[in-house]
Amino acid sequence: MDLRYSASDEQFRKELREWLGDVLPAIPPEPGPHEWAERRAWDTTWQRMLFDAGYAGINWPTEYGGRGATLTEQLIFLEETTRAGAPYIGVNFVGVLHAGPTIMAEATEEQKAAHLPRILRGEEVWCQGFSEPGAGSDLASLSCKGERDGDEYVITGQKIWTSFAQIADWCELLVRTDPDAPKHKGITWLMFPMDTPGIEIREIRTIVGSSEFSEVFFDGARVPVANRVGAENDGWRVAMVTFGFERGTGFISDLVETDRLIAELAALARKVTRRSGTAWDDVALRRDIGHLQAEMDALWAMTKRNLAQAERHGVPGPAGSVVKVYYSELFQRVTDLAMQLLGRAGLSRDDVGELASGTFVEERLRSTSFTIAAGTSQIQRNIIAERILGLPKDR
Amino acid sequence: MDFELSDDQVALQEGLRSFCQGRLPMAAVRELEATGGIDRALWRELAEMGVFALRLPEADGGVGLGWADAVLAFEELGRAIVPGPLVWTHLVAGLVEGAAEGTAIVGGLPRDDQSRLVEYAPSLDALVVLDDAGAWLVDPSSLELEPVAHPLDPLVPVWRVTGLLPQGERIVGVEDPAALQEQGAALVAATMLGVAEAATDLAVGFAKERVQFDRPIGAFQALKHLMADMFVRAEVARGAVYAAGVTLDDPAVGSVRRAVAAARITAAEAALGNGKTCVQVHGGMGYTWEVDAHLLLKRAYALEPAFGGREEWEEAMADLVAQAG
Ligand SMILES: Cc1cc2nc3c(=O)[nH]c(=O)nc-3n(C[C@H](O)[C@H](O)[C@H](O)COP(=O)(O)OP(=O)(O)OC[C@H]3O[C@@H](n4cnc5c(N)ncnc54)[C@H](O)[C@@H]3O)c2cc1C
Repeated sequence: MDLRYSASDEQFRKELREWLGDVLPAIPPEPGPHEWAERRAWDTTWQRMLFDAGYAGINWPTEYGGRGATLTEQLIFLEETTRAGAPYIGVNFVGVLHAGPTIMAEATEEQKAAHLPRILRGEEVWCQGFSEPGAGSDLASLSCKGERDGDEYVITGQKIWTSFAQIADWCELLVRTDPDAPKHKGITWLMFPMDTPGIEIREIRTIVGSSEFSEVFFDGARVPVANRVGAENDGWRVAMVTFGFERGTGFISDLVETDRLIAELAALARKVTRRSGTAWDDVALRRDIGHLQAEMDALWAMTKRNLAQAERHGVPGPAGSVVKVYYSELFQRVTDLAMQLLGRAGLSRDDVGELASGTFVEERLRSTSFTIAAGTSQIQRNIIAERILGLPKDR
Repeated sequence: MDFELSDDQVALQEGLRSFCQGRLPMAAVRELEATGGIDRALWRELAEMGVFALRLPEADGGVGLGWADAVLAFEELGRAIVPGPLVWTHLVAGLVEGAAEGTAIVGGLPRDDQSRLVEYAPSLDALVVLDDAGAWLVDPSSLELEPVAHPLDPLVPVWRVTGLLPQGERIVGVEDPAALQEQGAALVAATMLGVAEAATDLAVGFAKERVQFDRPIGAFQALKHLMADMFVRAEVARGAVYAAGVTLDDPAVGSVRRAVAAARITAAEAALGNGKTCVQVHGGMGYTWEVDAHLLLKRAYALEPAFGGREEWEEAMADLVAQAG
């Protein structure tokens, strides 16, 4: 165990900081939450800038065009980009953080060559077509059909909660290819082009009023067998690899973001007036903030350990569930405290006068999804209990 | 001691509940978003149901009931998440012209409020400003107001007072502004209780229907316990809310301030906790605009700072404990 930064780490940080200082001021303002085409353009332009500067796919191996950075450099990268307020990964989330890594781990050389460089350059946006109306927590019961017809699969059925479906080029799609096999044994993982005829996308309105996810209907859409990743009917195992990346490393930048939010909360408390002073005079509030920051620091330290282990073993393990369950609930508690602090200013999702309050209200609403998306907190706890602790299953 | 509802109280409760079910199912409540949360015809119907004149003497055209009845009424209004400044209008019925009859819609805010947000501003006929010296009536049309584009609760639209907040005319009949604050807090607590119960019902209904892993999700203990906790929170709050009503009617039975603080703190816990759990139990559906869970959660948040937020009531309670000891 050694937490010190080496000279080359510091050099990496210095160069990155300089680069961010150069490029960030020229970036146009972020488009609104409903402007999907603009958001795609904004997010992919940033991805391209990262690529050109050699920062895209910071943790991807160099053979796939990534930087192949050390673990420490990855953490420095996240810290610095978040601190500098650089664009978030946005619509590139699926491609860069879990579809790409799954392709790296499971796909053929040809498939890798076709997709990985394009994902890195921001030329390909991916979405995730896993969940269905009848298959959420019980994902393995999915029923969207993939029927073999010569060298194609014919897809019929429905997906739901597909984030970014309306602007994605590709979808990591799970389909049932053997309806007679036990449920985990008849699933196949496909790379599905979103411009295939025979699909319809219907946006779903979320509780924040945006439409970040959609229903996707497949009516005899045809996809080449060559787009399959892994063997036919071995898709459940491939999906577990995807989850390993999604749950294991997908949340790290959110952690840095949470850290920043706690600091902003403390700043906000000094601006909220109460009686003759400010909310910061309230010792109970200060202690709550101190407590949350302690949890945050511990979570960050734990994440570093997880990353170190993941690096040693290749794929992140179920420890990702520990981060996910703790992070999502911690984030909700941070934004809950903010709501408490804001009082009547919390009636608005926009900033109120001089108070930078809008973000907190918005994040409180948005974060209700954190304990649901990518496996609910209940499912994560089941995974911890059953796969880590070895407790007997109740189903 | 008799802490059971009387037959009249049960009738009041059932009357309002069936009124809300018939006239204000969630689909109808949602439609109020288009009109800033207010429909004047509906407001008068609420007045006819006695919502505003409930505690006025019969001789003055009121229903002649007390606080114990009022909390039951507001519990039902909360259950149906009826929008509008119901608590303020109720509090000043008999003091501000038209409030009791439902012809005047009266809102309110604390004078020292940093946010200067006014709920339902363009629909208001009168605005009460509450401070340590009293309650003051302000003509809302005299205010410079700026709409807030994105309110927390789509059914509780807000406007910001950008100019001066005038002193207003003293409302005769409000001798003790602290007492008005307590009364308001008691009715907010009752409303929160209703929200909490609605959240439990919605979650339980869903958990019986939604099947995953070949069984209704309510069969999983992890979810059972979440919903059992929802029920427990609401039942605890109910005890406190009803006790606050009874104590307001008859201060001889105990400290009004203490009873209200207990109701306000536990009811907020129930509404917020149950609102969140209700979303969680729904999974992805809970994060959609279409399912009602978010409306309950947002209302819980919107009610939280009304008539003193949590820290104010917790401190009040701590002071009372210290005095008692
Ligand atoms: C913002 C957001 C974005 C999303 N993006 C995507 C996406 O891009 N692609 C995609 O495929 N999916 C996506 N999802 C879907 C997400 O993965 C599912 O919502 C999630 O897995 C839960 O499934 P469900 O919604 O069907 O809820 P259900 O599985 O029906 O769960 C309902 C409730 O039952 C509980 N429950 C279920 N089973 C058990 C059990 N065995 N023990 C205890 N409790 C249980 C759950 O915890 C939950 O509280 C997204 C969801 C959200 C909210």
